[in-house]
Amino acid sequence: MGPTANELGIVALSLRVAITSVLASLPFAISIAYLLARASFPGKTLFDAIVHLPLVLPPVVVGFALLVLFGTHGPIGGFLDRWFGIVFAFRWTGAALASAIMGFPLMVRAIRLSFASIDRRLEVAGRTLGGSALFVFATVSLPLALPGIVTGMLLSFARGLGEFGATITFVSNIPGETQTLPLAIYAFTQQPDADIAALRLSIIAVVLSLVALACSEWLTRRVERALGNDRR
Amino acid sequence: MIDVDIDTRLGAFHLRAAFAADAPVIGIFGRSGAGKSSVVNAIAGILKPARGSICVDGRCLFDASRGIDLRPEARRCGYVFQDSLLFPHLDVRTNLLYGHRRRRAAERFVEPARVIDLLGLSGLLDRRPATLSGGERQRVAIGRALLAQPRILLFDEPLASLDAPRKGEVLDYIERLRDDVRIPIVYVSHSASEMARLADTIVMLADGRCTAVGSVEAIFGRRDIDPDDIRETASVIDARVASHDREDALTTLVFDGGKLVVPLIEATTGARMRAIVRARDVSLALRRPEDISIVNILAGRVRSIDARDGIVDVAVAIGSALLTARITRHSLRALAIREGVEVHALVKAVSLDSRGEYG
Repeated sequence: MGPTANELGIVALSLRVAITSVLASLPFAISIAYLLARASFPGKTLFDAIVHLPLVLPPVVVGFALLVLFGTHGPIGGFLDRWFGIVFAFRWTGAALASAIMGFPLMVRAIRLSFASIDRRLEVAGRTLGGSALFVFATVSLPLALPGIVTGMLLSFARGLGEFGATITFVSNIPGETQTLPLAIYAFTQQPDADIAALRLSIIAVVLSLVALACSEWLTRRVERALGNDRR
Repeated sequence: MIDVDIDTRLGAFHLRAAFAADAPVIGIFGRSGAGKSSVVNAIAGILKPARGSICVDGRCLFDASRGIDLRPEARRCGYVFQDSLLFPHLDVRTNLLYGHRRRRAAERFVEPARVIDLLGLSGLLDRRPATLSGGERQRVAIGRALLAQPRILLFDEPLASLDAPRKGEVLDYIERLRDDVRIPIVYVSHSASEMARLADTIVMLADGRCTAVGSVEAIFGRRDIDPDDIRETASVIDARVASHDREDALTTLVFDGGKLVVPLIEATTGARMRAIVRARDVSLALRRPEDISIVNILAGRVRSIDARDGIVDVAVAIGSALLTARITRHSLRALAIREGVEVHALVKAVSLDSRGEYG
């Protein structure tokens, strides 16, 4: 009754896509979140709106935009292919890119809130003690924002595991390459007499989500303890 | 030596402070909202003035006309904030060493062990800031600022968020620091008693402008500056411990002009002691009264009379010291007190600053 090799392959691909998307977008999300929390610059509202766009746009529109921009003949995709040999179209990396884009606003929001709740004067104190802006960011702001970073990573990871519309539009539904869990479940629902297979994958999805939640809960508690928020 | 001449607008507030002062402890004194914190923020590089210059010991930290604006981390100003601002995710030890580790060995002049000993921090090193009392937190903040090896220490109302016993405790430590580590201090406060106890030179600020610069004795003897800024007019007398009378539990202080007898204090003979006498604790008599419980009766001559409303402040020269007495207009008339008249000042209470009681 255990999962079959095919099912394990789908789970492994889904995890690879989701984890890659989270880790690759994290540095960008932290930078943009800090910028939005601390800096004020002309066009900030517009910039904020663009970051949030994937949250409100139909995922299919995002997938189509990715196809146009990052396709082999698209302006960005063509450039990356020619100069770096990086190809997104119809590859698992494309699925990761779609997941990263869709989860990005969630990640930025959580991290931004965390930065905004840090007393700015702690950073000022760090500067008067001889720390450069970058050093103070690394030793004060970043550690204190860790709870928000953990939350943001979880939200983006969950969004990535569930990503469907943008992925199927951008990289299609190729078994073994771009067929993540939701795409596989969708494929089974389209076949006659494959309800059981779809159900089995759905149960796996529920288990994966619960495990991810538990991990983040554990991680959050560890971070809070490390930050001294539990009043040791 | 600090030389500040800055001009900047902060919303509706216009800060135009210009002063130069050279003393171990420079007090910046004034009401809340007078611009005191803005001045130290400008020195530390947290606030950038629109115009002007800031120099500390001949080193130019900021000069708008020459385009000099050192970053806060390059200014080497140790800043002790009102609410300590310790890093909550680091233990006391790591907080203390935060700035210390940023300095090269050649730049260091004070070692962690000495600071920990001086501020009594050895029992706190492994604790988190959240578990410390307000006074302990402020001591750690002072140690952290000092270990960053600053050229000047800036205190911005370091006692304002503490209760009275903690205030005294932290004040004692700041005094130890002043006497032990020879580092220039700029101390911001709206409390006249803290100023009298710590500062050598006082810079008075009101509405963003510097209204007076002078010694503690000179500033607190004056009444013409802004009466609200010195809520409590007091005189400061520089004295020395002359003798102790253990039987009656009294200590005698001498100063140029006479002697003061105070409750017994633990201080070596010859130790310098600053006596603070509130104007309302001084009465005046034309003849030396007898059969009276007051022990401190000082003969002097009226230097100046400052009358406003029903209250009159009479400054009496006793030797080179100046003692202010607050009397009523009625008494002034009844005793016919004029400038130059010889009077006897009856001192009901004396407060002492270092190592003695002060209330």
